[in-house]
Amino acid sequence: MKKTLTEKIFSKKLGRDVSAGETILCDVDLIMSHDTTTPLAIQSFEKLQMDKLHADKVVIVFDHIVPAPHPAGAELHKSVYAFAEKYGIQRVHYGEGISHQIMAEKGYLTPGSVLVGADSHTCTAGAFAMFGTGMGSTDIAVAWATGQTWFRVPETIRINIRGTLPQHTSSKDLILTITKEVGTIGAAYKALEFGGPTVDAFEMPDRMTLSNLAIEMGGKTGLIASDGKTIDYLKSRTNETLEELHPDPEANYEKILELDADNISPQVAAPHGLEKTVDVQELKGIKIDQVFFGTCTNGRVEDFQILADIIKGRQVARKMRLVCTPASKEIYLQMIERGIAQTILESGGVITNVGCGPCIGRHQGVLGDGERCLSTMNRNFQGRMGSPNSEIFVSSPAVAAVTALAGEIADPREM
Amino acid sequence: MGRAWVFGDNVNTDIITPGRYNLTTDPKEMAKYCFCEVRPDFPEQVKEGDFVVAGEHFGSGSSRESAALAIHASGIKAVIAPSFARIFYRNAINVGLLPIMAPTGSIKDGDEFSLDLENSLLHNKTQATEIVTQPLPAFMLNIQKAGGIVAYLNANGGRLPEMG
Repeated sequence: MKKTLTEKIFSKKLGRDVSAGETILCDVDLIMSHDTTTPLAIQSFEKLQMDKLHADKVVIVFDHIVPAPHPAGAELHKSVYAFAEKYGIQRVHYGEGISHQIMAEKGYLTPGSVLVGADSHTCTAGAFAMFGTGMGSTDIAVAWATGQTWFRVPETIRINIRGTLPQHTSSKDLILTITKEVGTIGAAYKALEFGGPTVDAFEMPDRMTLSNLAIEMGGKTGLIASDGKTIDYLKSRTNETLEELHPDPEANYEKILELDADNISPQVAAPHGLEKTVDVQELKGIKIDQVFFGTCTNGRVEDFQILADIIKGRQVARKMRLVCTPASKEIYLQMIERGIAQTILESGGVITNVGCGPCIGRHQGVLGDGERCLSTMNRNFQGRMGSPNSEIFVSSPAVAAVTALAGEIADPREM
Repeated sequence: MGRAWVFGDNVNTDIITPGRYNLTTDPKEMAKYCFCEVRPDFPEQVKEGDFVVAGEHFGSGSSRESAALAIHASGIKAVIAPSFARIFYRNAINVGLLPIMAPTGSIKDGDEFSLDLENSLLHNKTQATEIVTQPLPAFMLNIQKAGGIVAYLNANGGRLPEMG
């Protein structure tokens, strides 16, 4: 049987051939949750008449509202800490970064294994050939108690990318283009699999940006084969055995999309959905109040390097708020070492502590009525960053950087 | 019998329970903000046994379980939509809310109807029509009937259901 990456992973887990369409019970390798989804999982777990908790599989990352912006948040955090202590959960990370970035940096992601996470962007782990998928808090509580969950093994949409990205474009423009093509519900109940020479040439940060947006197409996960680059990234971070995992040639794909990276141009998603993605030229000149640079999509040092290269020696536009939130402490330290942090501050930007920042509209750059934000994030639902009467545009780091300077949506090709 | 609260396509989790209100683990509190921005009358006027009716891909976006919990705690028995976002779908089953797949284009806001789970039928009393629904897989129906996954596990010695 020729297998997709998804079928390979589940066949290995169950020790038999598993095909798309089957519903299976499966042991999970890791169970991740964060500071705002863990409290509900604790509530469900405590209602279960089961004493055991598979602490060795659990990772808890405090990233959504860290440090707590109000007493209610502080109470949630206290309850999570108390629970982790009670059950001897060792892998608890506070203020170190966004869960999806921490999972990679700490070497918790292992090709061929299965991760469930109480956050929709758990699909980011797919970049490491790990079947990572988001679930709700009660599913996470059940996984804590049983070490298992049920899955409907998804069909796969394969996306082959060849060619080289033109100057001033990036993996974000590529995945926004793919999202426009597939549609925001086009991959519902399905896995995405990204491959081809362009993806092979990408380093892990660009691969993570691709996988991160799988859920924005409704996908369960966004898998990429593991290769030498995957192993190089992980080997200094883990003692686990790391394997190259590739799909079989001529595996049974539901659909195959072919893309040429040479044709990609800078993209911007207009409010209030990624289906409203267009070439930056169509939105050029729209006034922007805030540029938010960060998130699990584009909050890595490579992204901030693009920002620094563009804004160095210049000032952000008058009344523009440039809010920068590094995705992790490791990234923040690299930003300091490389002088990126200094450039941002000298150019009039703000650097917040690491984490999700204002992406979920709870602190550090919340939007007021009628305000417009352009962000490197992955989701621009109405009201996500604050007022329901605010607007979010989504773009690549390069578009975000030139927009911060111009005070209006700008095209990096015209710098 | 219950009335239909009709919404459009791609109703996302930020519409169901906006992120900035997600600071409680009490479903009754969550219900106070359910659909508060697009249907401010919903939290006040929804009645036990009413139905949420929507278009494609209901519940897209975040994994937040508050979306399913808030709808359930509002007294809604079932959400009827042609398709669901998968995380919301699982969350609904887990908390005891029925996610029913059916074509909903003909249903008007305020229509009174009842759900016949056994026969996979929706009776629209207002329009005097019937809509055929997609049956839930047996194991999901068993979880939902138990009142959600926690109650199911407690009644079954902590064992997840057999698949098939």
